[in-house]
Amino acid sequence: MATEGGGLDPIHQFEVKPLIDIDVGGVDLSFTNVSLFMLVATALTIALMLLPTNRRALVPGRWQNVAELAYEFSGNMLRSSAGAGGMRFFPLVFSLFMFVLIANLLGMFPYFYTITSQLIVTFALAMVVILTVVIAGLRMHGLSFFGVFVPSGVPAYIVPLVSAIEVISFLSRPISLSVRLFANMLAGHIMLKVFAAFVVSMSAFGAVGVIGAVLPLGMTLAITALEFLVAGLQAYVFAVLTCIYLNDAVHPHH
Amino acid sequence: MSIVLAQATSDGGHATPAAGHNVEVPLPSQHAQVDVPLHGGSGSESLFPPFDVNAFPSHLFWLAIAFGILFFFVNRLVVPKVGGIIEDRRDRIASDLGEASRLARETDEVIAAYESELATARHNAYAIAQERREAIKAEQARQQAETEATLAARIAEAETEIAARRDAALADVTTIAVEATQEIVGLLSKAPASAKEAEAAVKKAEAKNV
Repeated sequence: MATEGGGLDPIHQFEVKPLIDIDVGGVDLSFTNVSLFMLVATALTIALMLLPTNRRALVPGRWQNVAELAYEFSGNMLRSSAGAGGMRFFPLVFSLFMFVLIANLLGMFPYFYTITSQLIVTFALAMVVILTVVIAGLRMHGLSFFGVFVPSGVPAYIVPLVSAIEVISFLSRPISLSVRLFANMLAGHIMLKVFAAFVVSMSAFGAVGVIGAVLPLGMTLAITALEFLVAGLQAYVFAVLTCIYLNDAVHPHH
Repeated sequence: MSIVLAQATSDGGHATPAAGHNVEVPLPSQHAQVDVPLHGGSGSESLFPPFDVNAFPSHLFWLAIAFGILFFFVNRLVVPKVGGIIEDRRDRIASDLGEASRLARETDEVIAAYESELATARHNAYAIAQERREAIKAEQARQQAETEATLAARIAEAETEIAARRDAALADVTTIAVEATQEIVGLLSKAPASAKEAEAAVKKAEAKNV
């Protein structure tokens, strides 16, 4: 949502700028503004969870309450989807939820980079989920984990068809999981920038333009509020789907 | 729809392209043949950043570091700490509730004991009062009986005394009468009456009077 140097170009906000050039064996691993905000999101999450809980107060203060709410919220989310057996994945679910949430909310600050608007970032997070499901499922249940592709109570003659559909839906999970988050954040920020750019370009046309710019200004305001909602909601959706997918690893026979 | 990206040769500060290092990526066709925009500068036409494959290694590398650090901290510090706090609180509340119900039970027991004690004491007090009352009553009856007996004895004694005195007096009266009779007879006649005669006469007169 930044309205910095790139003028009115709505794509400019997603530009990757290297801060420190790092090159390892021909592979460009530069520390970029994206990397910076990844580390900021990590640092903020850790600070949010560890600093207010230092007193270990029995009656929590305001910030300790926030930390505990986030903790119990993700805990309940995981327990209701994957049961008590799924609680072993709690650190992963909590890390994903907080990372995506903080990253999304960081993106709402002007001039801050929205790392979840990078497809590769959300895809990598989705792959972490899917690989965890597959590896944990195979370790916990062996080959019977593949029972996840054979729904019970289906007549034998349509099992191949249903299984094929199940396999396709399983394989499409990382794509849908990552594209949903990426597309929401990208589209929201582009829309915000487009409306904000209207305000700037219309007000260039003198008094009439300034009056006319009130409308896109109101839209910008409304979309900002909507984007805050989307930021929280998409983090929640990402985490809930993670929990539901992890349920397959814990209980492969459904 | 995958096309081969041209490696960064025009961009000075970029990595030397290795042979066979070309990457196949899905890209919108209008973005074909674009030079690397990662280092911004020269690119007049820039690749849409989310689909800029050249930046992917950097993103993946730093995401692995950032998310790895986050996961490590969450796993090692956050979960034990925050989970411990919540667990402690749950235990504390449970133990406090247990303690409270134990104290309530104790209070009930104490109240029950107090009430049974009170009932016993009341019962005892009643019994003692009853006993005392009866003892006093018996004592009174005994004293009354004693007094009455004493009084009766003294009355009887007095009556005996009175009877004795009266008999004595009556006896004296007879003697006096006999003597008076003798005197009177001696005064009236020259022959004084003997004691026997006087006595007989008095007895006759007494018998008449009675």
